[in-house]
Amino acid sequence: MKYLSKVASLKLNAQKCVGCGMCLEVCPHNVLRMEGRKAVIADLDGCMECGACMTNCAFGAITVNKGVGCAAAIINSILYGGEPSCDCSGGKNGDSCC
Amino acid sequence: MPEIKLTIAPGTFKALEKPPYAAGTVQSATGKVWQVPAELTTADKFGIFRCRTSSFRDNYKVEPGLYAIGQPGGASDIIVTANYKYSFDVVRHALKGMSAWILVLDTKGINVWCAAGKGTFGTAELIKRMSLVHLEKLSERKTIILPQLGAVGVSAHEVRKATGFRVVYGPVHAKDLKAFISAGYKATKEMRTMEFTITNRMALVPMEVIPMLKKYPFFALIALLAFGLEPSGILFKSALGGGLPFLAFGLGSIFTGAALTPALLPFIPARSFAAKGWIMGVVGTGLLMSVFPHFNPILLGITLLFFPMASSYIALQFTGSTTFTGMSGVNKELKTSIPIYLVSVAVSVLLLIVYKIIEWRIL
Ligand code: SF4
Ligand code: SF4
Repeated sequence: MKYLSKVASLKLNAQKCVGCGMCLEVCPHNVLRMEGRKAVIADLDGCMECGACMTNCAFGAITVNKGVGCAAAIINSILYGGEPSCDCSGGKNGDSCC
Repeated sequence: MPEIKLTIAPGTFKALEKPPYAAGTVQSATGKVWQVPAELTTADKFGIFRCRTSSFRDNYKVEPGLYAIGQPGGASDIIVTANYKYSFDVVRHALKGMSAWILVLDTKGINVWCAAGKGTFGTAELIKRMSLVHLEKLSERKTIILPQLGAVGVSAHEVRKATGFRVVYGPVHAKDLKAFISAGYKATKEMRTMEFTITNRMALVPMEVIPMLKKYPFFALIALLAFGLEPSGILFKSALGGGLPFLAFGLGSIFTGAALTPALLPFIPARSFAAKGWIMGVVGTGLLMSVFPHFNPILLGITLLFFPMASSYIALQFTGSTTFTGMSGVNKELKTSIPIYLVSVAVSVLLLIVYKIIEWRIL
């Protein structure tokens, strides 16, 4: 399943990448791939902007506008200010989200 | 059972009293540690069932700290998890037959994925908890295994810098832990991938439908009032006669937006959730219209405008439950769809007023 095309904010700076492969390990959607000795974005539309790759790249090669892809959270943040976050504990299953 | 008072490593756990899920204690290099069984009780299993099928449970927690499964020693694996009891139970059950340590972080009773998003399952808490239980004295391995989804909140290289421990990211689901460990800490692509199967989606449907059904009475009241309002007062007969189809359409929108769209998600054309919900809304409204064939043209306009749109709005809410929608995408959807929603509501209300004016023969 894919979400909207070409909107994910994921960026990879090939110059900073040392090819350690950590980002491939943490990505839950197989967005990244090794090409030679560098990581490349193989499937941008698969990225859900969770930020795991950015947080775990020791070389600062990845940037992504990390956040929750949840309409209710974003609407709440527009109405009441603050960052969108999944604080609606009355919902969502324990297995995949809150 | 006599109460066990122990000399425990400072910070291993706050409560000296035996937690209900502990079976006994094991001796570690840093003192005694509560041992938990891998077998789940009926109550534990019922808890897991409830967590999977109904809403997230508040206050279903375990005490953060270190626990033992089997008879672990200095060379045993250390598995990190959240203090949501569901997460804890699933992990200890997955380690059946093994001897390992389980390090439970204080995530305020929230599961790994959500807590990592919030940052409570995060680098700082992990480092703090490791030092509180003196993990450096306990383990010769200097390696800890984290759930892969914890990577959203934890920075492996920062943990290593601060503690000397290497962070290994395990599989997404605890059930694959043993296979991961026996494969030499290697995860297959399947273990690394977050799926979103029909079963996952169906399990989420009640959580989409129920909040909408709670809002439904407001809609129903407004619809009945709008149709029942006559120059002579509110007439029950006209409320029901005119309002009934709208009540049905409203339920239809909830069904198509909150149940049908999530269930058929990959099969509905368009990637946008708003569009998917609208398409299903058109289908649903169209089918219902065949039940109420004699329709005033103005009411027909309202029906076609309002109800598919309501279905679209409801479907958009499902982005919060998926495992693949990103914030940029949802933002983009909201930017285009919210103005459309507002205009559609305004036009629907206007049309309804026009309808009432004609009905009352004011003009
Ligand atoms: S984690 Fe960073 S340095 Fe390592 S492969 Fe990925 S982008 Fe390159
Ligand atoms: S932000 Fe998340 S989904 Fe996107 S590439 Fe990084 S790890 Fe993968």
